[in-house]
Amino acid sequence: MTTVPVKGTVPARGHAARGEARRLVLRRLADRLWWSLCAAALLGIVVPVVWVLAGVVGKGVRGWQWSVLTTTTQGTGGGLANAIMGTLVIVAGVLVIAGSVGVAGGVYLAEFCRDGRGGLLRGASEVLAGVPSIVLGYVGYIVLVVHFHWGFSLLSALLVLSAMVVPYIVKTTEVALRNVPTAYRDGSEALGMPRTYALRRVVLRPAVPGIVTGLILAMAIAIGETAPLLYTANWSNGYPSAHLLHAPVAYLTYPVWTFYNQPQASAHRLSAEAALLLVALVVVLIGLSRLVVARTQRHTEGHRGAR
Amino acid sequence: MVPAQDARRARPADPPLSGESPPAPPAPEGATATHRAAVSAWWRGHAEGVLKWSTGVAAVLPSLALAAVLVALLVEAIPAIRGNGLGFFTRSAWEPGNFYNPPVTIGGVTRPAGASYGAWPLVVGTLESSLVAIVVAVPVAFGTAMVVVWKLPRRLSAGIGFCLEMLAGIPSVVFGLWAALTLGPFLSRHVFPFISHHTPDVPPLSFFHGPVGSGEGLATSGLVLAVMVVPIIASTSRDLLRQVPRGTEEGAVALGMTDLEVARTVSIPWVRAGVFGACVLGLARALGETMAVAMASGVVLGTIPHDAYATFGTIASVIVSQLDSALTDGTGFAVRTLAELGLVLLGISLLVNVAARLLVRRSSSVALPVGRGI
Repeated sequence: MTTVPVKGTVPARGHAARGEARRLVLRRLADRLWWSLCAAALLGIVVPVVWVLAGVVGKGVRGWQWSVLTTTTQGTGGGLANAIMGTLVIVAGVLVIAGSVGVAGGVYLAEFCRDGRGGLLRGASEVLAGVPSIVLGYVGYIVLVVHFHWGFSLLSALLVLSAMVVPYIVKTTEVALRNVPTAYRDGSEALGMPRTYALRRVVLRPAVPGIVTGLILAMAIAIGETAPLLYTANWSNGYPSAHLLHAPVAYLTYPVWTFYNQPQASAHRLSAEAALLLVALVVVLIGLSRLVVARTQRHTEGHRGAR
Repeated sequence: MVPAQDARRARPADPPLSGESPPAPPAPEGATATHRAAVSAWWRGHAEGVLKWSTGVAAVLPSLALAAVLVALLVEAIPAIRGNGLGFFTRSAWEPGNFYNPPVTIGGVTRPAGASYGAWPLVVGTLESSLVAIVVAVPVAFGTAMVVVWKLPRRLSAGIGFCLEMLAGIPSVVFGLWAALTLGPFLSRHVFPFISHHTPDVPPLSFFHGPVGSGEGLATSGLVLAVMVVPIIASTSRDLLRQVPRGTEEGAVALGMTDLEVARTVSIPWVRAGVFGACVLGLARALGETMAVAMASGVVLGTIPHDAYATFGTIASVIVSQLDSALTDGTGFAVRTLAELGLVLLGISLLVNVAARLLVRRSSSVALPVGRGI
């Protein structure tokens, strides 16, 4: 969109023309000023990203030892293999629990739900998304760890994290299904397909990229959260065990939070390296979601070309 | 738009359309065959019902989880609510009491002798830091969205989109680490002394006039929160600005308006409600943020920050850092007080969240979940 000059459109003389010209200059000046301020605002986005990434990568790479990936933590030294394994186990568990519940819930809301009841379910799910993570962690600790006598355990961590990410999966699944072109549904109905069959073979397929994007988002949250895990998974110096209950689990955000203000140099190193690993995982997930989104564009109805 | 190719491609190999499952193969005689036929006939009739009910159960689970969280928190907090009374919201003290003396029982609630809790400084700290975050984040986020939609070439705006995704995706502990080790020391060395030195010590501005400290405090926390809130507001604003009808904007251009005037008269009124909703959602995020503030604020109990550089505490950061020591209270009163604190935080953030979502929904029906994530 370009500025259309108003110059010359009004045939005016004398004072009027001079006033008109001055007003035009002022309008252009205001325009320039506004867009310069907006462009300056870009710095507010770019500078923090570069600064954080440079800081994390710089600190992480400076003391990088490959043994971090293979040895477990001992006190405030050693490596992070246990935390890496623990994070992977937690992410996988959250994908299984929250993924199945969330996708199924999204399918129900998009396909079977008459609007009256759906509003309540959607509202509750959105409110759940707004519960602060530390409150969820606290409730998980009080109810699951203490009251149910599960102890610090994988299962309590999984349930708390799942409750946290399920609303996102429900929402993305529902939106993805609703964005499937109506022609797909009409066509399959016209061919006499039963509803479940059409859902499984025709409607679900173009919605898969959207659903996968939601799952990736859930994975990113599960990887990056600390507050819900501190008092449910706690921390362990060993690899995650096969027990769902009574066995604490290590995860990558813990050393960042706990070790950064310890006196030992090895603790600082672990903290920086855990942060580097976390950021690397996030970058991988963003790349993954980019790939998926690029594949989904052609399927969504109402997609407007980006300006 | 590509026509329904997937559907067409999928069909030839598929079973006939009469039922959900493929027809039973030519039946060998025997009980199993009739059994299988019966099962498949039953399934054909009930597939939709089964799917509907099983997904329906899954759809109800988040609501049940929410109810469970509310009930558990309330049950846990009730003794603390009775024990702390209304003074909880006005007191500033945070005294766990003496765990070694025999506990006292007042009004049916047992607590250590001398225990006295007040949430006022924490409520103030939570609101103030979030306010700083919003005041800083909104102009940055909206300006970015405007430039990205109106001025930047596609490649560059994709780059900015990547930056926003990074900001949204970087874990909050990493932001906390950055704030504690890099941003805080930098600000306290190079920026805060300058501001503090050049602001006059008169009431509204004296807030920025004071001892600079080590970099942990209100200003640092507010700035980190702003960085974490920006992607929520910016990406929502960007998506809303892209939905403004092109024709109306072009009409305004045809009338001879400058870009700023088009934005002011057409685009901004169109997106106002949605952007406001996103701002409130960002506020909710800032109110509930735990780890970054716990690492950047200094988590101080019992004092209200009276200048921009003072250390302070927020509700969320105090819960996460005090739960360990609260567990040493044999009467359980400290833990229950944290539950009450959590209830206060939940109340504040739910109020803000519900308001925001109502606003966002009214303005755009396909708003993706905006909140924590990418």
